[in-house]
Amino acid sequence: MNRIILRILAQRIALSLLLLLLVSVLIFAGTQILPGDVAASILGQSATPEALANLREELGLNAPAWQRYFDWLGGLLQGDLGRSLTNGRDIGEAIGQRLSNTLFLATTAAVIAVPLAIFLGLVSVLYRDRWPDKLISALSLAAVSVPEFLIGYILMFWVGVQLGWAPSVAILNDTMTFWERLHAITLPVAVLTMVVLAHMMRMTRAAILNVMQSPYIETAELKGLGTFAVIWRHALPNAISPVVNVVMLNLAYLVVGVVVVEVVFVYPGMGQFLVDHVSKRDVPVVQACGLIFASVYILLNMVADIVSILANPRLRHPK
Amino acid sequence: MKKELDMLARKALQGQLGRRDFMARAAALGLTASAASSLLGQPASAQPVKGGTLRMGLGGGESTNSLDPAAALSQVPFHTSRTFGETLVDVNPDGSFDFRLAESVEPSADATTWAFRIRKGVEFHNGQTLTPDDVLQTMRRHSDENTQSGALGVMRGIADMRLDGDMFIVECTTPNADLPYLMSSYQLVIQPGGGFENPAAGIGTGAYKVTAEEPGVRYMFERFGNYWDDSRGHFDAVEMLVINDSTARNAALQSGQVHIVNLVEPQVARLLDRAPGLSVKSVAGRGHYVFIMHCNTAPFDNKDLRLALKYAINREEMVERILSGYGTVGNDIPINAAYPLFDASIPQRTYDPEKAAEHYKKSGHDGSPIVLQVADAAFPGAVDAAQLFQQSAAAAGIPLEIKREPDDGYWSEVWNKQPFCASYWGGRPVQDQMYSTAYLSKADWNDTRYFDETFDKLLLEARGELDDTKRKALYSEMANMVRDDGGLICPMFNDFVEGVRDEVQGWEQNGIWEVMNGSAPSRCWFA
Repeated sequence: MNRIILRILAQRIALSLLLLLLVSVLIFAGTQILPGDVAASILGQSATPEALANLREELGLNAPAWQRYFDWLGGLLQGDLGRSLTNGRDIGEAIGQRLSNTLFLATTAAVIAVPLAIFLGLVSVLYRDRWPDKLISALSLAAVSVPEFLIGYILMFWVGVQLGWAPSVAILNDTMTFWERLHAITLPVAVLTMVVLAHMMRMTRAAILNVMQSPYIETAELKGLGTFAVIWRHALPNAISPVVNVVMLNLAYLVVGVVVVEVVFVYPGMGQFLVDHVSKRDVPVVQACGLIFASVYILLNMVADIVSILANPRLRHPK
Repeated sequence: MKKELDMLARKALQGQLGRRDFMARAAALGLTASAASSLLGQPASAQPVKGGTLRMGLGGGESTNSLDPAAALSQVPFHTSRTFGETLVDVNPDGSFDFRLAESVEPSADATTWAFRIRKGVEFHNGQTLTPDDVLQTMRRHSDENTQSGALGVMRGIADMRLDGDMFIVECTTPNADLPYLMSSYQLVIQPGGGFENPAAGIGTGAYKVTAEEPGVRYMFERFGNYWDDSRGHFDAVEMLVINDSTARNAALQSGQVHIVNLVEPQVARLLDRAPGLSVKSVAGRGHYVFIMHCNTAPFDNKDLRLALKYAINREEMVERILSGYGTVGNDIPINAAYPLFDASIPQRTYDPEKAAEHYKKSGHDGSPIVLQVADAAFPGAVDAAQLFQQSAAAAGIPLEIKREPDDGYWSEVWNKQPFCASYWGGRPVQDQMYSTAYLSKADWNDTRYFDETFDKLLLEARGELDDTKRKALYSEMANMVRDDGGLICPMFNDFVEGVRDEVQGWEQNGIWEVMNGSAPSRCWFA
């Protein structure tokens, strides 16, 4: 590891942290300008004026915004996310369970989708412009074009209701074994895989095809290597940077963008949790969720950048 | 054919199909008369069977819910409260009392003082024995002015509460013949020590105790071994899954993952009913979808304009199109046959463009469009209903302008603030409470700004009247006042529509609230 790389990496990490701080300001400001009154949203139509006044007082909604921001930030740095306004539970605890569920779903989907996408991308390159390539492209593009809730409902109807192979409602609980959990999330994983597959597959294909134009590929071919070996040993490593970028974007999507899938399959993850609390104006929870989503996004993008930096031969071997 | 027969038999039992019609149609399906007749009888397993785990897929729950009965507003907290806890009395579908933690109740001659005899030998889930003091403390918690309890409005008419041996005595500020009904409010679940210490502990006296609580996801209950009433609590365990997406809910019912679902959308109810192994149950409720005008704001301060709009709405069409037939027409009063002491002889108002035009002309309105503010937050299909209203009013020459509002903040920014908007009322246990909540001059939620001293006086008079005949006459008079003079346009009452799998036995039609007024877990059993 040389100094230039270390310096670039340090810069990149510092930038991420700064970005995270800015995001925290944005999230806080955003939740402040939401229309409507927290107390009124919590109590709904049947709120009496007395109950409203009591609740507002209890929630401390009367302190100035900047003061509440610094209180919040201070708590965050000590690992204290605060308490939910609506049911008084510890947010860290409540989110912990939901976040681990979301990560479980995302990881399972990623473990299936990423290798599959790269493998299909390689196959597409191998059979470029022939029927396997066209078939893979057509199917994966069709899957990504259909809205995910529709794929969800279709799978739910055929696989869940008609065939009865997998549960249509993916609710997890503590008493389930690992395999029962996997079985419970079969359908959401299938939907997520279909949704993220095309993007990564197409990018792998395009990036490798781009590299395939290079003179060293020709050299490799001329020295008698088979097509698959050329792609695997020479083209893929040089195409890794754009592919990693797309993979990371899709991983981030699997964590932060699965609200619809979670709602459709009633999966107890972060998305559903966030939606519930936004509609009740439970600001501390919304802020905590927002920050976690932002951290995941920033972290994964940072990893993608770092991999690109490390994969760049010009940086690894400076003159 | 089995499916078709089942459906016919069900309809016959629910009274939608006459017995004679049923026999004729069963014969058409190739059944002998005796065989068809036997289908109408009670099923062989009318005797409750113990065992099994009941799974319910319920909409109307959020991650923000808690087990505190005082905070119960939406469907899921309602069901959890009703499953782990009990109130002093319950109301049967026919309006009679079902005594739970009170054994009996006695009013004083003027209906101001009520004495409840508290049941003995009842145990809380934490092992404590129920005492009259627990009852008193519970009622104190809900009537404290600092409470956020949804039952505060109910408790406000109470001047004093005290204990006398086994008796819990309530003094009302004014005579109130309905007091026991008010004590059936689902927030008033009796908790040990009144729930002051830990309101959300989920400890009650119900047939099931809470074993797992994950707000917005699932709740687990198991049968409470020392429950006092042997005739209830037949399942070993009950699991409630929070499924807010209606398609997911129905799919879970169809695939057998759950046995009961609530909030079946009227549009899909008939389709769902055709699926094998389940049936869709519907029962007329007290909830009503309404349009409300402020009687004190121009142009709605003109009685003729209000009448014009009331005649300009097509109620039958709305029930058909907005509720897909799963509802009944309203009559511009917030009361229907589901309430005790309802006067069914009040003539039904119907769509009459000529009369509407006549009243509109008489009102002298300048012809500028009348702005109606709506959002689907008011009730499912509110925007469509407003458009139907706009068309039927246009036929009478009345110009309506629909202004769509965001769902977000509808209840805080539009309802009870703007002069003409769509709204929803969930209904109350008794007429008095419905009128006191929204039609009394000084009510907080007088959302039609209806100020009428005579009406207020009648309301108080009816409240203290113990003679049902006289009371019914008073309510009838009040209904006519609201119908002709008030700011309420009530086109329809919605049904509670639920999906139930065939193995669930003991289902009862109960329109007080959804899913047998929350008593399905304690009263049903598996075949």
